[in-house]
Amino acid sequence: MADSTGAQAPKPSSSVKLVLLGEAAVGKSSLVMRFVNNDFQENKEPTIGAAFLTQKCNLPTRTIKFEIWDTAGQERFASLAPMYYRNAQAALVVYDITKASSLTKAQHWVAELQRQASPGIVIALVGNKFDLANPSSSSAAEGEGEEGEEGEGDARKIPAATAKAYADEEALLFFETSAKTGMNVAEVFTAIANAIPETSLKGPRGAAGQSGRQQEESRVNLTGPRDNVGAKEGCAC
Amino acid sequence: MSASKDSEAEPLRPEDTLTDTPIATEDQDEAISGEASGEITPPPLPPRPRMTVAHRGSRSSLRSLRPSTGTGRPPLQGKATTALSLGDVHTLSHGATLHEVHSSAASRQASATAGYNVSRSGSDIDDTASLRSFAPALEVSADLESILGEVIPDREGLAWKPTASPSDSEKRAEAAIFSDDEVFERTFAHEFDELEQIKEDGSNELSVLSEWKSKLKHFLILSSAGKPIWSRHGDDRLITNYIGVVQTIISFYQGAKDMLKGFTAGESRFVVLSKGPLNLVAISRLGESDSQLRTQLESLYMQILSTLTLPSMEKMFSNRPSTDLRRPLQGTETLLSALADGFTRGSPSTLLSALECLKMRKSHRQVVNNTLLSKRRPGLLYGLIVASGRLVSVVRPKKHSLHPGDLHLIFNMLFEAGSVKAGGGENWIPLCLPGFNNTGYLYMYVSFLNLDKASKEVTERPSTSDGPGDEVAILLISADRESFYEMREMRNELVEQLEKNGSIRIIRIAVKQGRSSCADIVPGTLIKHFLYKSRGNVQFIMPSYEPHFSTLIAKRRLHTLYAHLNSTLHARPTAPKIHHETSTTYTAIAWSTPLFELYAIAPSSTPRTAMAVAANAIVTYVRRNEDRVFIIGGAVF
Repeated sequence: MADSTGAQAPKPSSSVKLVLLGEAAVGKSSLVMRFVNNDFQENKEPTIGAAFLTQKCNLPTRTIKFEIWDTAGQERFASLAPMYYRNAQAALVVYDITKASSLTKAQHWVAELQRQASPGIVIALVGNKFDLANPSSSSAAEGEGEEGEEGEGDARKIPAATAKAYADEEALLFFETSAKTGMNVAEVFTAIANAIPETSLKGPRGAAGQSGRQQEESRVNLTGPRDNVGAKEGCAC
Repeated sequence: MSASKDSEAEPLRPEDTLTDTPIATEDQDEAISGEASGEITPPPLPPRPRMTVAHRGSRSSLRSLRPSTGTGRPPLQGKATTALSLGDVHTLSHGATLHEVHSSAASRQASATAGYNVSRSGSDIDDTASLRSFAPALEVSADLESILGEVIPDREGLAWKPTASPSDSEKRAEAAIFSDDEVFERTFAHEFDELEQIKEDGSNELSVLSEWKSKLKHFLILSSAGKPIWSRHGDDRLITNYIGVVQTIISFYQGAKDMLKGFTAGESRFVVLSKGPLNLVAISRLGESDSQLRTQLESLYMQILSTLTLPSMEKMFSNRPSTDLRRPLQGTETLLSALADGFTRGSPSTLLSALECLKMRKSHRQVVNNTLLSKRRPGLLYGLIVASGRLVSVVRPKKHSLHPGDLHLIFNMLFEAGSVKAGGGENWIPLCLPGFNNTGYLYMYVSFLNLDKASKEVTERPSTSDGPGDEVAILLISADRESFYEMREMRNELVEQLEKNGSIRIIRIAVKQGRSSCADIVPGTLIKHFLYKSRGNVQFIMPSYEPHFSTLIAKRRLHTLYAHLNSTLHARPTAPKIHHETSTTYTAIAWSTPLFELYAIAPSSTPRTAMAVAANAIVTYVRRNEDRVFIIGGAVF
């Protein structure tokens, strides 16, 4: 955004603002930590507010510098979300494959993004905590849903097929990941980087069309503190 | 243990310090010589008899000087056999010494003339010295130690403590600042362990319950409708019954229009704080006073407000009195627990309602302040640089100061709870600072600096640890939720400039150095630890916990003692200005003036005069270094 600088890399480089959304405790921060630091922390404490991190992603033809907004999942922060997804070119909507309610929440986020975010936003639906699923049933398409206490092997509550069908319907990228093992984490970000249309990428000095408008918007935001913020939400409930 | 208060006449006169006159004026020469002789010749005892003489008959404070003689006499006699038998060993070769021991042990007040004679005898000092060098040869010093530690009241302790070579006695004095209490140690060691989950079949319910009951400290927060909101230990299933009982008790008194403030059950003190729709309960077996526990509850309450703001919380409850507050508070349990654990470990900041600063030269701090000011953006409300809970610099608007309670919440979030730090990167955190304004949110930009160059990634830290603590954070607080990028630019420029003008290096050195030791602050002192609070600056200074109080348990004991001293000093309606007390293992002094509060702790062998001298020395040190140890005013715009 405002501080997006073209890196002195040989390849063209551009910044992409990406936001992570999803229910609390689905593993948003863990995904980011795996992507940025290639690290994993068991029992991570909940994020407060939002964290801002950056990470480069090298594609064959260009370098994408992700500016990642890792938001807190608790409901009281929901009213702040627009601030983070406004002007975002990509969103990672995360759910927990072992928790049915988290997919519902993810679907709400997708709907909100489609309604309110930039029109060209690339959305990826990500089912995290794959490591908790039983390997054999992971690809199985039967939607028998609740497995209950079938031993420690499988805590999966959301069949991959269900989520995949939904993602296809809404034209979302879809991955199942494990921040714990690292499975598919880099792939998600690479896929997003590839899916970002060339035209919406900002070069070192701002670029064509939509992104130019975006930049202007953000510049206004910086100098005029309270322009389009609208009614302030004092209440976080 | 015997304690004594003397609120009327006392050698330490607070007013004197205001006018730069050293305290203990009459005894000053003696006290200084006592201190000097304490440094040069090992025995700290010599001045004592003379002082007694000086006070004899003319001062009512004699009693407080000799705590055990007046008040502790009956127990003394009960245990005198041990003392005598030990004394008898000496009698074999040291009759004169025995005489000294006896007179100091039992008969000083009764026959002051005897004491007078002894002190005038001239050979007194030599005798004491010989006693000192003689005792180790008995090879019963270990026995002596335990006997003295447990049974014999203070004065024998005084007589016997110095009976080893200086280094030995030094070591033992350290070990003995607190007497051993294995039960406490064992309990406290498990204080922060998480409880097991109760199994489905309830088979381990009893063991979990006894684990829960063994915790020394509990905090419960419930709504006035009786819904559980948060508890430090135990899940819902475990605490529901207790919540119900507590709620019943509280509402019984509320019904009678007579608010319940606290009660004692067995060894536990229950303190209740009712705040609008919330009831907060602290249950402590750590010997804290009601007002201290209430302060802790206030802090937990502020943490809840910090998450919700007051109007929004009140709205929830007025819409639905049976609101389950756990949902809106989701995710902040760790912050509440970190706060609670901080209190259980012992928090001087909360005890004193004050902040601690990183010690820095005035000119260096000025540079940091000016850099902050010069990089300030219009959206900035407060800017802070904080090194592991200690303030380095503050920039603030002229009309707003910072509330220590608010800062404590922020520091707790950043340095005790791990979430912000562990995430790495930068953070943008909406929060309400109740002391500043409990009706709205502010937005806080947080970035941790890697002092050893940015090459290394910000490493993670375990949650709620008391780790090495060399983290430095830059906090930029704005009222504008959209100003993240503005604050971020400010931070980048700020860090660049601080790097350029050498401030980062200075901060790094100061952080690495840590707190000064007692010996650095008052050379040659027997004081093992102290707290000094400047009332005007709402800041405090303390020396390093090392080496005497490095363990969690030693720290807890130390803070228990401070809490006790603090409550004595703030006792109503008769708050003493000076409080001096001696136990078998320590001597402590608490001193309150309009300018400061001072608490200091030394081994029990430390004579009162030496305590007075040391207290004065600390005050002088702080006065001399005021610009370094405190932030005075800060950078204001």
